[in-house]
Amino acid sequence: MTVKELAQRLQLKILTEIDEDKEVTGCYSGDLLSWVMSKAKMGDVWLTVMGNVNAVAVAVLTECACIVLTENAALDEQAKQKAELQGVTFLQSDRNAYELSVEIAKLI
Amino acid sequence: MEDVIKLHYVVPGDDFTRAGAASGDVKRTLKQLGISPAVIRNVSIAMYEGEINMVIHAGGGEIDVEITENGIKMALADKGPGIANVELAMKEGYSTAPDNIRNLGFGAGMGLPNIKKYTDDFRIETAVGVGTTLFLNVNIQ
Repeated sequence: MTVKELAQRLQLKILTEIDEDKEVTGCYSGDLLSWVMSKAKMGDVWLTVMGNVNAVAVAVLTECACIVLTENAALDEQAKQKAELQGVTFLQSDRNAYELSVEIAKLI
Repeated sequence: MEDVIKLHYVVPGDDFTRAGAASGDVKRTLKQLGISPAVIRNVSIAMYEGEINMVIHAGGGEIDVEITENGIKMALADKGPGIANVELAMKEGYSTAPDNIRNLGFGAGMGLPNIKKYTDDFRIETAVGVGTTLFLNVNIQ
């Protein structure tokens, strides 16, 4: 499944540009960045409330497929600019990490 | 003679927007050299944690990287407050980061333990009031 398909199926709001062909292969949920950078895998959808520049750096580092901001957590302007520059996709949902994880597990 | 690639970075203090620039650049360089993804990941995580530590605790610092066919050597030096109790700082979950840093997603007390976990050699030199230097090495198998 691609990030674009995931966004459509889960009705996620697209906050930064989507790389059409990027594949989603797994899912990881967490807000502590040191934890995420050591545990998240390439191709994961990363569920978090962290919409700051550090989340962008961690996404680049882990090569996760995209970041989904849960429970409508905000993406700050600086992070948005950095994400666009580095090709990191931010999506957003009003649902919480548990609800999204359950849905994603059904899809991938 | 063995080829050595030397890289040098200045990490500015109190600027989270720039943290990750050095590790990102090293990551790109290693990719271009065809180094394995596992080694690249280890180096990137160790360096990014180091950069973040410099920004949070030390008002910035400097990083030197040497890439040879055997591995990636990193020296991360700062003139920050130093670490009073290294044993405690190495313990997972122990953190002296203030609340505003925790709100950014850091301060989990995983920084130094992560750096040790992802490197093959880890040495720390620190003195209170003088600064801290990490000497790291990730082997290329």
